[in-house]
Amino acid sequence: MYRIRFHGRGGQGMKTASRILGTAFFLEGYEIQDAPRYGAERRGAPIFAYVRADDQPINERGIITNPDLVIVADDSLVPVPAAGVLTGVDEHTVLLINSDESVDTWKHRLNISCKVFTLPAEAEERAELRFIGATCTGAAARLLGKISREALQQAIKQELADLGEAVIDKTLAKALAAYDHMKNHEGCIQTGSETDASDYTKPAWINLPFDDARVSAPDIHASANSVEVRTGLWRTLRPVIDYERCNKCWWVCSTFCPDGAIKVSGQTPEIDYNHCKGCMICVAQCPPHAIEAVSEQLAQQQEAEQETSS
Amino acid sequence: MTRKLLTGNGAAAWGARLAATDYIPAFPITPQTEIIETISVWIDQGEMDARMITMESEHSMITAAASAAASGIRVFSATSSQGLLYGMEMIYTVSGWRAPFVLVNVSRGLASPITLEPDHNDIMSARDSGFLQIHCATCQEVLDSTLMAFRLAEDARIRLPVIVNLDGFYLSFTREPVELPEYEDAQKFVGAYDPENIRFRASSPVSQAVAVLGGAPYSYFRYETHLAAQNGLVVYDELQKEFANQFGREYPAIEAYQCDDADIVFVMLGSFATKAQAAVDQLRNAGKKVGLLRPRLLRPFPAEMFQNLLADKAGVAVIDQNISMGMGGVLHSELAAALYGHPHAPPRLLSFIGGLGGRDISLEEFFEIADVTQQAVNTKQTPPPRLMYTEQELREMRKLQAVASVERNELNNSGGAKNG
Repeated sequence: MYRIRFHGRGGQGMKTASRILGTAFFLEGYEIQDAPRYGAERRGAPIFAYVRADDQPINERGIITNPDLVIVADDSLVPVPAAGVLTGVDEHTVLLINSDESVDTWKHRLNISCKVFTLPAEAEERAELRFIGATCTGAAARLLGKISREALQQAIKQELADLGEAVIDKTLAKALAAYDHMKNHEGCIQTGSETDASDYTKPAWINLPFDDARVSAPDIHASANSVEVRTGLWRTLRPVIDYERCNKCWWVCSTFCPDGAIKVSGQTPEIDYNHCKGCMICVAQCPPHAIEAVSEQLAQQQEAEQETSS
Repeated sequence: MTRKLLTGNGAAAWGARLAATDYIPAFPITPQTEIIETISVWIDQGEMDARMITMESEHSMITAAASAAASGIRVFSATSSQGLLYGMEMIYTVSGWRAPFVLVNVSRGLASPITLEPDHNDIMSARDSGFLQIHCATCQEVLDSTLMAFRLAEDARIRLPVIVNLDGFYLSFTREPVELPEYEDAQKFVGAYDPENIRFRASSPVSQAVAVLGGAPYSYFRYETHLAAQNGLVVYDELQKEFANQFGREYPAIEAYQCDDADIVFVMLGSFATKAQAAVDQLRNAGKKVGLLRPRLLRPFPAEMFQNLLADKAGVAVIDQNISMGMGGVLHSELAAALYGHPHAPPRLLSFIGGLGGRDISLEEFFEIADVTQQAVNTKQTPPPRLMYTEQELREMRKLQAVASVERNELNNSGGAKNG
């Protein structure tokens, strides 16, 4: 059985990517199972999706803990513990990361011996970011070696049927480019071994001890957790206010901000980037169009460059 | 018949569509919402001839469903978890109206704490309501069970509402290949609904909420409902055979896997049971005679079938994805009641709690449960109910608690907490 896990952020199309791969496998005659997994649905929050494919009906369900292929659409997720990107990754796993950093950097950084691929960088254009799922799926399909170009094309057309021809064409172009790009690594993914009931690592089973209610009541302490959680890390796009254009209406952006991340001091709105999730509602609402959406990755690069030059 | 990829939610919606449902009162709740979204799109596009009304709560939704059913039309609705509980007063009330309809419940653990992931405490709360219950393990089964549920509910020997249960995430959002029956074939199976004397109409008032004085009439109505529910065993068996003849898929009231020669048998409800099936395969490979029983019907409870299937087994491990505080697993208690005093009852009946709030049950956990059950058989000692938990999980829990206590201290020091 193939076990594939996609990691990304809400809004990056991981559910769709997993469905395209699932459908492509299905078109090739496989039994499949695909599913997204997330908490409360929030743009920018870590999510994952998984695909299982086998030549017989699949009984295994839920979280994949022994992946053959892990796809990471957003490399900022790797250090986020809650994202669990590295869960169950071993020597047989192939890691596919959308990142400008080199394969060697990732191997060294994560101290892993498995095969690592990076995807062609494409953060330059903001408009391209929404096709990252297509690129991931195209690359994954070739690495798996079981999915023909035709099946991939058909799966994309099927899954995106409601989105119109322009989106389908663009997605096809992105996915097929990634598919062709991985030509030399076709079929490099191996299915892992099944857990053997006569030879397996036994978890340390315990009896859950009684804890006093002072410990075991599931309290949430005032607002501390929401302030301490830097949800700004979820952002893939950054709203930037052009104060030349801002007409100091002092309330539209801050009122519409669903996270209360825009403060108005005096008559000037200020965005709290520690907590702005990059939903772009302020960008859409600003009457004089004074808020621009900038790629978070590029903005961070520029900041880093400014820091080193100053 | 086409085979296509559908989520459990999609399969439930297809069940409602293929059964030619007339009316769908709805209220959104994760992870069920996709069902009503799907149906509303079909109605909007003219692919399904039905009326959908979004209500202001599940309490009203259940009332509307049963009221519409009392007017003699085919009704479908869906909910989950807190929503089912919010409608609970009416869940208990409307079964007494004896107006049949189908309600899908997408199982999700109950608060507190809050989760979106599945377990069965929500559906167990409706156990004693008079609704019959079918529990599903695959997306195919969700579609097929929805069709069967209409037959079961509308049968003149029963006439009670039926809940079709599927697990949130593990089925609701998971796509699997599903054979989609042709509309005509589905219609042939489900048939037209004969509401008999159910004819609630505008301008001709009927009171369904009859007040009775004295326990004797009350007992009569309640016990009649019980007898009707009991008829469900015979009716279900008839119609699952008919379904198998027509569609080639078999759904006995209890699905038995590798059970004939098994010494030890797992008993589980719902989609996590397919994981148990995978574990049974591995345990068999390792030479252990382990099997699995998965009840599809929880109400009525197929007691006699359990007695036969478990006759002379050495040990049984019931893995409950629910917990009755202060007692243990609900299915375990039910099974104990069904087996007690039976001459061929297995001597060891163990209770395990697993999968609460969607907590994964790994293959290793099933292996351990088989081992513990084997030890109980060998030592003739039955251990108390147990939640399987690992040291690693407790360590992670302790870390979260440490973070919480640091936050509490920070708040106290900064004067931010009123009740520190």
